[in-house]
Amino acid sequence: MIEAININKSFDNKIVLKDINASFKTGCTNLIIGQSGSGKTVLLKSLVGLHKPDSGSVMYDSRNFTAMSSDQKGEIRKEIGMLFQGSALFDSMNVEENVRFPLDMFTNKSLEERRERANFCLKRVNLENVNNLLPSEISGGMQKRVAIARAIALNPRYLFCDEPNSGLDPKTAIVIDELIQEITREYDMTTIINTHDMNSVLAIGENIIFIYNGAKYWEGSNEDIMHSDNKELNDFIFASKFFKKIRDRL
Amino acid sequence: MNFLYHLGRYAIFVKDVFRRPEKHRIFFSQIGKEMEALGLSSVGIVVIISFFMGAVITLQLAYNLEIPIIPKYTLGVGARDTMLLEFSSTMVSLILAGKVGSHIASQIGTMRVTEQIDVLDVMGINSANFLVLPKVVGMILMMPILVIISMGVGIIGGWLAGVVAGEVTSADFVYGLQYAFVPFYILYSLIKSVVFAFLITTIAGYWGYYTNGGSLEVGQSSTKAVVVSSIQILLFNLVLTQLMLA
Ligand SMILES: Nc1ncnc2c1ncn2[C@@H]1O[C@H](COP(=O)(O)OP(=O)(O)O)[C@@H](O)[C@H]1O
Ligand SMILES: [Mg+2]
Repeated sequence: MIEAININKSFDNKIVLKDINASFKTGCTNLIIGQSGSGKTVLLKSLVGLHKPDSGSVMYDSRNFTAMSSDQKGEIRKEIGMLFQGSALFDSMNVEENVRFPLDMFTNKSLEERRERANFCLKRVNLENVNNLLPSEISGGMQKRVAIARAIALNPRYLFCDEPNSGLDPKTAIVIDELIQEITREYDMTTIINTHDMNSVLAIGENIIFIYNGAKYWEGSNEDIMHSDNKELNDFIFASKFFKKIRDRL
Repeated sequence: MNFLYHLGRYAIFVKDVFRRPEKHRIFFSQIGKEMEALGLSSVGIVVIISFFMGAVITLQLAYNLEIPIIPKYTLGVGARDTMLLEFSSTMVSLILAGKVGSHIASQIGTMRVTEQIDVLDVMGINSANFLVLPKVVGMILMMPILVIISMGVGIIGGWLAGVVAGEVTSADFVYGLQYAFVPFYILYSLIKSVVFAFLITTIAGYWGYYTNGGSLEVGQSSTKAVVVSSIQILLFNLVLTQLMLA
């Protein structure tokens, strides 16, 4: 379980996160939803320590990450996998080198073993025979999968995904969502996913927090979300005519 | 006080860059790659520019010194000292500030805006060190070689131009090369070039690393890197000359 306790963050007087409290459960896909600019990325980056919160703390299974020295943080970092919005593959490395990178940096395994592990991870995300291609030579959906393979290379306990299906067609988007959910269950990880995609919310939203203007307005599951009476949440969910119609039917 | 802000942040950045690398095997292989990407790939432009500058300097000297009592071997002396003292270190560094500096800033800037640097940071890798130190070391190792090449090629250019234009005999020019030769000038140039290599790579790394935004900002960082490192080269040239030759 990961807990965010009273997280506040601002950039040059601009308040981006206001007193966020949330807990994210192990073995299920936790979603942070909200419109663009609401602070999802800043929250996710604050949880992993890429941004330093102005106040508040982040707990990884009761270990206070915020209070740790950078050496201690290093230990937790080895248990973190992260998937960035644009995949963020190293463009000077081929697919296999990208997936092998965490292994090269943090293990003393032989090249043979590292390649084996990289290939295992690539296979897990259904990618084969692309090892020697550069990121620029594969499609956006494949890049996402390579990024997932890289994120799980070190068997993380915690997985963070920033808009994993942005820029993908709806079908590929669902494949990626389901892949993340499967992996989460298979390895009993604590997974946190940023999204503004209603398809994802309905498909994999086991535990959802809704952020509006940097503050948490609602939490629940995809079962409850259609019946909430929170105005800001409803404005977000039923922004499209299609979803408005669905609500009227419910 | 923008200047002080950048100076302070640059100092902290350089301190981070010079931490101990995590995996030595990877670090050394990166240095090799950077020596190739930054140094070896610059040999061509250094050769071309040095050859033509050596030639032009010699011809300029010849046309401006058409006084009979000045011996012809002066052309050899002039070409040699210009290359050794200023051209091969300072001018070549200024040109590399353009080529290598913009390359580094845009490469690292792109990594920043596409979150590749965040990938390193989230793993707990010191990204400034991991990305920039191999470039600094690679360039510091390659720069003296480029300077020596520039000196040699520039002098050959001067010799060829002088002889072909009929301004000086080969023997006179070669005599001039040896006349009142101060070997320290070579060392002086090499020391300067190492300092310049440090300035180019760290300043370009700095501007790339702190890029904020998108591809437009990557372009701006790259321009900043070239302008700032060029100015610093000129400034340090003055200081180092005063320190070493005064
Ligand atoms: N490094 C930064 N410096 C200043 N402002 C930032 C920075 N990062 C994000 N912001 C601001 O914080 C707000 C939330 O951004 P973000 O978390 O990226 O939104 P989301 O991911 O929900 O679309 C935005 O208004 C953005 O401009
Ligand atoms: Mg975002």
